[in-house]
Amino acid sequence: MVNLSVNLCGLTLDNPVIPASGCFGYGKEFAEYYDINILGSFSFKGTTRQQRFGNPTPRIAEAPAGMLNAVGLQNPGVEHVISHELPEMKRYFHKPVIANVSGFSVDEYVETCAMLDAEEQVGIIEVNISCPNVHGGGMAFGTSPDSAAAVTKAVKAAVKKPVFIKLSPNVTDIVSIARACEEAGADGLSLINTLLGMRVDLKTHKPILANGMGGLSGPAVLPVALRMVYQVYKAVKIPLMGMGGVSCARDVIEMMLCGAAAVQVGAANLVHPCACKEIIEQLPVEMEKLGIRSLQEIIGGAHA
Amino acid sequence: MQYQIVENSPIAPGVFLLDLAGDTSAVKAPGQFAQLQIPGFYLRRPISICDWDESGMTLIYKAVGQGTEALSRMQPGDTLDALNGLGNGYDVTRCGNHPLVIGGGVGIPPLYALTKALIAAGREPAVILGFNKAEEIFLLEEFEDLGVPVSVTTADGSFGQKGFVTDAMKEKDERYVFACGPLPMLKAVCKKSACPTGQYSLEERMACGFGACMGCTIQTKNGPKRVCKDGPVFRKEELTW
Repeated sequence: MVNLSVNLCGLTLDNPVIPASGCFGYGKEFAEYYDINILGSFSFKGTTRQQRFGNPTPRIAEAPAGMLNAVGLQNPGVEHVISHELPEMKRYFHKPVIANVSGFSVDEYVETCAMLDAEEQVGIIEVNISCPNVHGGGMAFGTSPDSAAAVTKAVKAAVKKPVFIKLSPNVTDIVSIARACEEAGADGLSLINTLLGMRVDLKTHKPILANGMGGLSGPAVLPVALRMVYQVYKAVKIPLMGMGGVSCARDVIEMMLCGAAAVQVGAANLVHPCACKEIIEQLPVEMEKLGIRSLQEIIGGAHA
Repeated sequence: MQYQIVENSPIAPGVFLLDLAGDTSAVKAPGQFAQLQIPGFYLRRPISICDWDESGMTLIYKAVGQGTEALSRMQPGDTLDALNGLGNGYDVTRCGNHPLVIGGGVGIPPLYALTKALIAAGREPAVILGFNKAEEIFLLEEFEDLGVPVSVTTADGSFGQKGFVTDAMKEKDERYVFACGPLPMLKAVCKKSACPTGQYSLEERMACGFGACMGCTIQTKNGPKRVCKDGPVFRKEELTW
């Protein structure tokens, strides 16, 4: 009998598999395909203080072994999330959930995080300082150690629950930003967000995405994500949620060997609605094959 | 869900008829679509369902990009993975006895199953089909075989009435409209129709196709709506045009 459970800042997860924010909505659409209570947890759609329509369409483009998106944080705003989405979610998901938060100023991050921190369904706050698809916010905070630390410090002072900072890969030195977040009091780090990319329509000679650029995700980014998780694991002591192109149980194991304490699955959910279910079912099979008894024990195993 | 290709052949320049055998129990209404996984491509491709029965379904698609071009090269006997019965589809219960069914180009296929459903529901629909030119016409005989009046317009006048589908509508046309086609056509029909309601099927680039990614959101009078899940069929009252 293999052991899939992992510990994340005092929360025991049945398994390390967590659908990533923006790829799972509030879980409702997936609950039509399988009982999502088998998940370790899930990170719900990025929430901002005010409601946002997001970017004009097209918001989606195909990429080799992946996809680009420029949704632009469409969400109904934190008040609606608390009054409507969370109560509805309670009916089909019974574990602590991860609240993903974005903002356009430190005050906005703090206010939104504090409101979600007060919700008992929320187990972890994941602060997104790395969305590539909005202007004048989001990624701006994630591209310098000072601003990343400022958001982290302010949010930590305002909430009780564990705070994970979601990092951008679109930086010259992710390690320095990870360290700055740890020093500012982050309980953990999530990485990576999408890689900034673009595609051009050969018929119109113009970018396919209405926003011009968008975030690349899918299997194409897996090696980049593994490398960054590996580098950051070496540099910090706080736990990591690793993500980026994870599509199968073997990818989960690889991500944990690089240092992830839990693993988020993003784009794969959009192509295969049962992707996470299949990963969870396949994990024990792969562990048996590889002689792994406990996932908790392999975290960081790729390091000397 | 796995499907086997029974037929995949051109029926007009660049337009292909794809017959798939497999479980169609998820399909509930005309106007719904399937998300096909084409080998070698990451995202699925949404294709509207032209017709279906308990053992399979017919899709008609245009090869417009690398994905659909690859699909057009697949052979009978090959298998395709598909998510099926996606979207809301048309509601045939609330349309009066003499609805007008209007389609343009590759927006036409889902209107075939719709017209059959309208007839089965005891309605007497009239159909208007718009194409660019005579050689691009498809499905015309199939519509005529349903025994309903069918008008055809071509932009260059090479078949039927010269002009657009709106030219085949009456002035102050009060008939209930079911429409599917390119956005400029839908907007023109919506504007010309004197009926205060109607059902218009929209198109957007999608990732998931089942409501999770917010990739295909449009603004409506009732707030942001997902074309894949809240649509693709929208009521005229909701549209901002």
